[in-house]
Amino acid sequence: MNFYERLMNLDRRWVYLVVGIAVIIPVLNPFRVPVYVTQEVKAIYDCVESLEPGDILFLAIDYDPQAMAEVHPMAKAIMRQCFAKDVKLIISALSQNGPGMAEQLISELSKEFGKKSGIDYCYLGYKPYFSIVILGMGQNFRIPFPTDYYGVPLDSLPMMRGVQNYDDVKVVIDISSGNITDYWIIYGNGRYNVKLAVGVTGVMTANYYPYLASGQIFGLMGGLKGASEYEVLSKQGDRAIKMMSIQTTAHIVIILFIVAGNIGYFMSRKKKIK
Amino acid sequence: MRRQLPIIIVFVSGAFMAIQYFIPHDAGVFFYEYGLDWIIVIGIFAMLLGIWSLFKVQLDKVVKRSPGWGYSVVALGGLFFMLIGGPLWGIEEGTPFMQVFWYIYTPIQATMFSLLAFYIASAAYRAFRARTVLATILLLTAMVIMLRLIPLGPISGSNQKLATWILMVPSMAANRAILIGIGLGIVATCLKIILGIERAYMGHD
Repeated sequence: MNFYERLMNLDRRWVYLVVGIAVIIPVLNPFRVPVYVTQEVKAIYDCVESLEPGDILFLAIDYDPQAMAEVHPMAKAIMRQCFAKDVKLIISALSQNGPGMAEQLISELSKEFGKKSGIDYCYLGYKPYFSIVILGMGQNFRIPFPTDYYGVPLDSLPMMRGVQNYDDVKVVIDISSGNITDYWIIYGNGRYNVKLAVGVTGVMTANYYPYLASGQIFGLMGGLKGASEYEVLSKQGDRAIKMMSIQTTAHIVIILFIVAGNIGYFMSRKKKIK
Repeated sequence: MRRQLPIIIVFVSGAFMAIQYFIPHDAGVFFYEYGLDWIIVIGIFAMLLGIWSLFKVQLDKVVKRSPGWGYSVVALGGLFFMLIGGPLWGIEEGTPFMQVFWYIYTPIQATMFSLLAFYIASAAYRAFRARTVLATILLLTAMVIMLRLIPLGPISGSNQKLATWILMVPSMAANRAILIGIGLGIVATCLKIILGIERAYMGHD
């Protein structure tokens, strides 16, 4: 096997090793990469920024720990921005492992900003069958959630007095790693006409551009890149910005492997033709 | 009657949910909300059934000492710890329930997902070869989208615009075609279920 054939048929363990090293180096020697802000992320930031103190934003935390690295910074930056502006939050977690994600954010940020459950935010928690829950909340939050996550009746929470359904919410932002986003678009926006923006994992991003173009969602954050853009805009946290260096290095390595594979392919084909 | 009754229930419920969307009357809204409550209750029973099924399958493995029965012991231990731990200590941050979630479950899921990066790298290296015209188009598109995430100095802006165009025009056109196809498929399947043509949900044709 000549050099070019070897280049074309590298053992996968070499690929794993180089990718592993490419991920570890930026962790040990952190550096920052410039982040270019896209219009679809800026639209979400501008919307949250335009809210007045006392307005209500519905934050749907619909992801599991596996997607935490990509989408947790999005939810954190939005929650921080809302708390800093005294915007009230209604939070749900319709993914099975989502309640833990939301609880961690609420616990950390409510202490940091001195916010209280029932006054500054209402954490609804989890109920099975997310499509039905989204529909139910369109009628009344009390249908799927008679009590909040901590078992307190919704009617006894000061911030929920007079708050019935999506009509009392300025905007819904769904941070998700699964198909719950589809149901927010179909039922939340389609049926109840909620103003909706979504934050999804990198691999999901391309699927949601049609909804952006049709106006069914007004903003879209895709993966770690989207999270880092939001952090740049909101100046709330820098976890995603820091992690972008790791993602960038890994991408460069993957691109180099693809280039090397193609050089190997063309050169060995050329030799065969000769 | 064993066949007719479920078909009647499905027809009435399905037809009602479809029709009430166009009738904004109080009575319709009342029954609609009532129906939503019902579905959530049924969902919770389904969850209980799932837990029972998990318990039974894992217990059988332990009792019969089937290969890998030790894993079933861990699964049962986890199930009972979380079932009992939640009501006993609460589910707030800092409780044993949440500590198990954060220090055992979260790293397991994160590890599984992280492994994907290595497989994707290996798969991309092998798959993205410019063997044909179509493969070359796929390769170039993938390169532009990947480069979107990398700072490239003065050409970053142009690449960003090209990547956005790919996502907003050709990719979106293909996505829309798929979505419309799926949508029509869902409508057809729903109609077949409501009209009793599709009866697989009863466990037999």
